[in-house]
Amino acid sequence: MSVYSVHAKRRVIDVASKILMGAATLVGVFFLFWILWTTLKFGLAGMHWSLFTQDTPPPGTDAFGLRNAFVGSLILLGLSMLMGVPIGLMAGTWLAEYGFRSRTANLVRFINDIMLSAPSIEIGLFAYAIVVAPMGHFSAFAGSVALAILMIPIIVRTTDEMLSLVGSDMREAAVALGAPAWVVITKVTWKAARAGILTGILIGLARITGETAPLLFTALNNQFFSTNLFRPMANIPMVIFEFALSPYANWQQMAWAAAFIAVAFVLVLSLVARSFLGKVQVPK
Amino acid sequence: MNGSDVAVQRGMRPASDQPKSASKPWRLSADFLFHKATVFAAFLAAATLFAIVIAITYDSWPAIRTFGIWRFLKSSEWDPVTQTFGAFPFIVGTLVSSAIAMLLAVPLSFGIAVFIAEIAPAWIKRPVAAAIELLAAIPSIVYGLWGLLVFAPVFAKIEPWISDHLGAIPGIGSLFQGPPMGIGMLTAGIVLAIMVLPYISSIMRDVFLVVPSSLRESAYAMGATTWEVAWQVILPYTRSAVIGGIFLGLGRALGETMAVTFVIGNSNVLSSSLLMPGATIPSVLANEFTEATTKLYLSSLIYLGLILIVVTLAVQFLAVLLIRRLGRREGTPA
Repeated sequence: MSVYSVHAKRRVIDVASKILMGAATLVGVFFLFWILWTTLKFGLAGMHWSLFTQDTPPPGTDAFGLRNAFVGSLILLGLSMLMGVPIGLMAGTWLAEYGFRSRTANLVRFINDIMLSAPSIEIGLFAYAIVVAPMGHFSAFAGSVALAILMIPIIVRTTDEMLSLVGSDMREAAVALGAPAWVVITKVTWKAARAGILTGILIGLARITGETAPLLFTALNNQFFSTNLFRPMANIPMVIFEFALSPYANWQQMAWAAAFIAVAFVLVLSLVARSFLGKVQVPK
Repeated sequence: MNGSDVAVQRGMRPASDQPKSASKPWRLSADFLFHKATVFAAFLAAATLFAIVIAITYDSWPAIRTFGIWRFLKSSEWDPVTQTFGAFPFIVGTLVSSAIAMLLAVPLSFGIAVFIAEIAPAWIKRPVAAAIELLAAIPSIVYGLWGLLVFAPVFAKIEPWISDHLGAIPGIGSLFQGPPMGIGMLTAGIVLAIMVLPYISSIMRDVFLVVPSSLRESAYAMGATTWEVAWQVILPYTRSAVIGGIFLGLGRALGETMAVTFVIGNSNVLSSSLLMPGATIPSVLANEFTEATTKLYLSSLIYLGLILIVVTLAVQFLAVLLIRRLGRREGTPA
């Protein structure tokens, strides 16, 4: 084979690979837009003002309503944050401020990384085992426990990373002024890493917003309006699940409308989180 | 920054180590409490993993005692009426749907990662990377909704072509035969592939970007093409983390529930064709959990969950280990 043809072959392989890689990227972007487009199209078609004022209608009627599910989802998310944020924040603080690079801290980081992508359905089974089974019935509280466990690893990781970015000169200055460790952490390092920590919380919230699998075994669903934390509670993901698989046209439309609102909420959260992340200063 | 950190750390010892100040004793106890609160939270976060395995094992104990391990794994009988349960069809369904997903997602992710890291001009890099990452933000229930009501009808029109062409190949032909329903094992695999794409490609892209530019530039200086640099310089250097990223995607695919439940067709009978309905461990859990009327039925379902979590934890463990290995070599935590 002449030198010339070896050169030509390498060129051909190079150009072909670049085209294929560009095509792979197009495939990924294509599916994103396909999914977003259909969610937008069917979601807007299913939008009715009564979605926000009426509760989910019984089968066979052509009414529209998701009020109980929206309220239920907000309660579930709020309760999960109430449990998940303090634990995640404190655990991340221990890693960055007390644990450092010690063996124990690295072990906790390792376990946390595994928890970060543990299947959500298993978390649901766990919440079933520790909350639903002992109490004897499904409850919104059990659902929040499952969702909190899902968001904790995300908050732990971002808090740890963001606190580690805070320069030690700030800590030293505070210590030199005589501030005890807990004041240094709460008043100086947390404050300096504020944007980053908030990003972690938002990403965690976005992650649990659409989670359905863990709610199957915990909060279940409720056709009626309920704010009782110790009873099943209506929520958006379960409504999408049940309504999408139903034969009624208005139920399917409501599933799309609920999916559209969930996606819009998650996308806005992700974009806000991204903009916060842009504000994080990396000291060098 | 390590030297100065130690100094700060010394200042942050638990209160008991510091000289007691008579004027402000409350400060000392607040310090102590804060430290212990963080220790407790960190312990809680890490102990959850073990608590999950223990609780699920405990709840599946009646089924483990009744069916044993080996018999449960290889039995295909799943009959709530006679109270006999076996995991085989669900294990095969989980493995096959994830295998299809990985076959499709790994090459695509590699292409996307190299495109973003090496080929794309700067102005296109950011929006494309953001778009691919947005795929991970879409809730899995929305993938399910889209898969069932939008993708499946379209795919049903492609399936006859698949069975006409691939179904005629001797040996693997039987994998692609059956009525064009749009839902089934292959559909589940395709939807899973789209879902794990952002996870695998973002890990690959991140590790491709940490390859020292001296390596990359030397290769280009020697006259290597972009493809040769990607395949012969970047990939070998980042191999362990790339495999870790693939494992991370696999772990996601194995445990994915809602999207699969919508599009796999939910048949508890194993079929030889990928175009036919099937079931995975998560999908049968999602479908039958609230219908499980007897203790043994419920316990058998949780037993399925135990099998799944043992497998996924092993996969995630390897994934995190492999991804961290590259980080250590670089001297930075991955």
